[in-house]
Amino acid sequence: MIKLTINDQSISVPAGTTVLAAAKKLNINIPTLCNHPDLCVAGICRVCVVEQTGARTLIASCAMPVSEGMDIHTNTLKVRNARRHIVELLLSEHRSDCTKCYKNQKCELQALANEYAFGDTVFLSLVEDHKYNIDRSSPSFIKDDSKCIHCQRCVRTCAELQSVSAIAVANKGAHQKISSFLDRPMSHVVCTNCGQCVNRCPTGALVEKTYIDQVWDAIYDPEKHVVVQTAPAVRVALGEDLGYDPGERVTGKMVTALRQLGFDSVLDTDFTADLTIMEEGTELLTRLKKILVDGNKELALPMFTSCSPGWIKFIEHKYPEFLSNLSTCKSPQQMFGALAKTYYAQKRKIDPAKIVSVSIMPCTAKKYEADRPEMRASGFKDIDYVLTTRELAVMIKQAGLDFRSLESSNYDSIMGDSTGAGVIFGATGGVMEAALRTAYEIVTGREIPFKNLNITPVRGMDGVKEATVKIEGCTDDWKFLEGAELKVAIAHGLVNANKLMKEVRAGKSPYHFIEIMACPGGCIGGGGQPIPTSMEIRKNRMKAIYAEDEHMVLRKSHENPDVIAIYKEFLGKPNSHVSHELLHTHYTERDSY
Amino acid sequence: MYQVGNLVKELSDKHGRARESLMPILQGIVEKHNYLTDEAMVEVARELDISAAEVYGTASFYTFLDTSVRGKYVIRVCKTITCSMKGKAEIIQTLEDMLKIKVGETTSDKMFSIVETNCIGWCHKAPAILINEIPYTELTPEKVVEVIKGYMQKKIITGTHGEKRAK
Repeated sequence: MIKLTINDQSISVPAGTTVLAAAKKLNINIPTLCNHPDLCVAGICRVCVVEQTGARTLIASCAMPVSEGMDIHTNTLKVRNARRHIVELLLSEHRSDCTKCYKNQKCELQALANEYAFGDTVFLSLVEDHKYNIDRSSPSFIKDDSKCIHCQRCVRTCAELQSVSAIAVANKGAHQKISSFLDRPMSHVVCTNCGQCVNRCPTGALVEKTYIDQVWDAIYDPEKHVVVQTAPAVRVALGEDLGYDPGERVTGKMVTALRQLGFDSVLDTDFTADLTIMEEGTELLTRLKKILVDGNKELALPMFTSCSPGWIKFIEHKYPEFLSNLSTCKSPQQMFGALAKTYYAQKRKIDPAKIVSVSIMPCTAKKYEADRPEMRASGFKDIDYVLTTRELAVMIKQAGLDFRSLESSNYDSIMGDSTGAGVIFGATGGVMEAALRTAYEIVTGREIPFKNLNITPVRGMDGVKEATVKIEGCTDDWKFLEGAELKVAIAHGLVNANKLMKEVRAGKSPYHFIEIMACPGGCIGGGGQPIPTSMEIRKNRMKAIYAEDEHMVLRKSHENPDVIAIYKEFLGKPNSHVSHELLHTHYTERDSY
Repeated sequence: MYQVGNLVKELSDKHGRARESLMPILQGIVEKHNYLTDEAMVEVARELDISAAEVYGTASFYTFLDTSVRGKYVIRVCKTITCSMKGKAEIIQTLEDMLKIKVGETTSDKMFSIVETNCIGWCHKAPAILINEIPYTELTPEKVVEVIKGYMQKKIITGTHGEKRAK
């Protein structure tokens, strides 16, 4: 243990602890900007400088490990003046149009300016001198270099969490910028639109592309019938933007709020999550049968899940030779979109041309997915607008709703019913668990032998998880699987997906079925979720997802009454012709740079 | 534009495929072709299994790793303060008049490029230029004309260290 004093208080901490972390233990707050709990130390912005007795210069507390006898002061005049100058210098290169900025009052630089740099500054603004670029090419997010302070959180996120590095630091000195390859538009590089950089950008340099105004226009248009679907992970995180602690479930209040905002029908993506399990589970079992029994050489294992649009774009860029291993199932969002303008329109006797289909997603990549040219199976754009969890919170505030005082209510019917299996799609391992609950039962006629249906080996925050399920007591149709061991793996965060994919490419992967989610923790840690994010926050959301599952009466996708009804009335059976028309898709090989 | 061919592979075999091999590989390409094409950077990224943005980031940081077209002879005029005070502007003017291009441009026959560079350590013999890796110092407009004429006529021009013209 290393002993030191901070602001005249003694503390002992393990060697290697940073001064910043030691101060935190004493509840001493040191401001930071480039530092982020999910990312490696950078020491770039210098906002966290403190004074060390005997040292010639101020030190960056985020990057400095403690040493024996250190005497640190965090609030001297020298420190305060230095921080003021540092913040002012950052502001001199930052386009401070705060009142018009999407991040107004949610900006970490603005908060620091409020604390350290109000009033006149001695520094000239350099904003006018630089030829800044605002990149609106992605349907998911906007990259505005005029607001960038070069903290490199986005660069580290893209490299460390996602192993994509669509952006890197280019040029040097005054010309330094965060740039894609050759500064190409973000829509034309390897970017997966996952939005993890948006989650971590301290300013308005990276923000989601918002469609709030378009959604209000649709709601106010009396000709339009506006349906909204909410993804599983939204209900366990929305509260954070409305004053609740991380991990509070606000499902019922959210449904009421959506109704009060004026949506004509409030429905649940969980319904199509359940439907995905029926389609994808059947696809997996059929694939196994064709390979193991029929000796089909064209089909390949492992089969990959296809719910995460960030993951889809990643594999299209990085591992296109494995596109045929992807499940052909659309994501729940897109299945919902295709059905809203066909099945739902028929049942409700509404002209599909008049339906506006909105989805509330924890995700920025979903905005891109909705724009993909193949997502028009209904004859219309299947999903018109995708809003993030954050954008929904903005709409709730714009409408003046007092969220806390809202009564809870239930989703509307037809595509509103769901099961616990659909809910857990929001957490890493959830799709796998839901698929196993159903597939095992299809094959054996019995419930999967895990206590209370909780398949714990596939749960949790380990980057790569694996499980083996021994299949015993098969029904006659599935006798070929008798005694087989189904090996599955789960990865979340593309850096972990990349690890698994390297094994697959090397032919060393023993798995039959792999679930991959692009974001850390799965959708609960998605790029559209409330800011800030950290492991602790994601764990709280995850707990809430599993609590939501436990509270459901039905916990297996194939027991969802709306799912049973839609197969009876409309789709026929899983992987039927109609299913293939509406619920399945294909993929596109893309450049690797 | 050149075809990078097997060069990236050869350089990667020579230097290894770890991240720290990026610099020597890029330098090896520039040594042979004077600048990095988009394709060359993509090829390096693929060979080292890193992102193309990272390769571009590194290349764009270093002035000597050019990412736009450069001629066979890259004339780098020192822009730092001593050379500026000792007549850098006249040297540039002379070069521009003679080659009919501006700073940052390349002649249409792809023989010469003029660029500015940070200090090259010849302050005591300013003004100085580099032509590829050979320094020429204590320049006057007349001396520059002579040096460039030599390159044009493919004569051997002796550099400050007594180097013969490369290539």
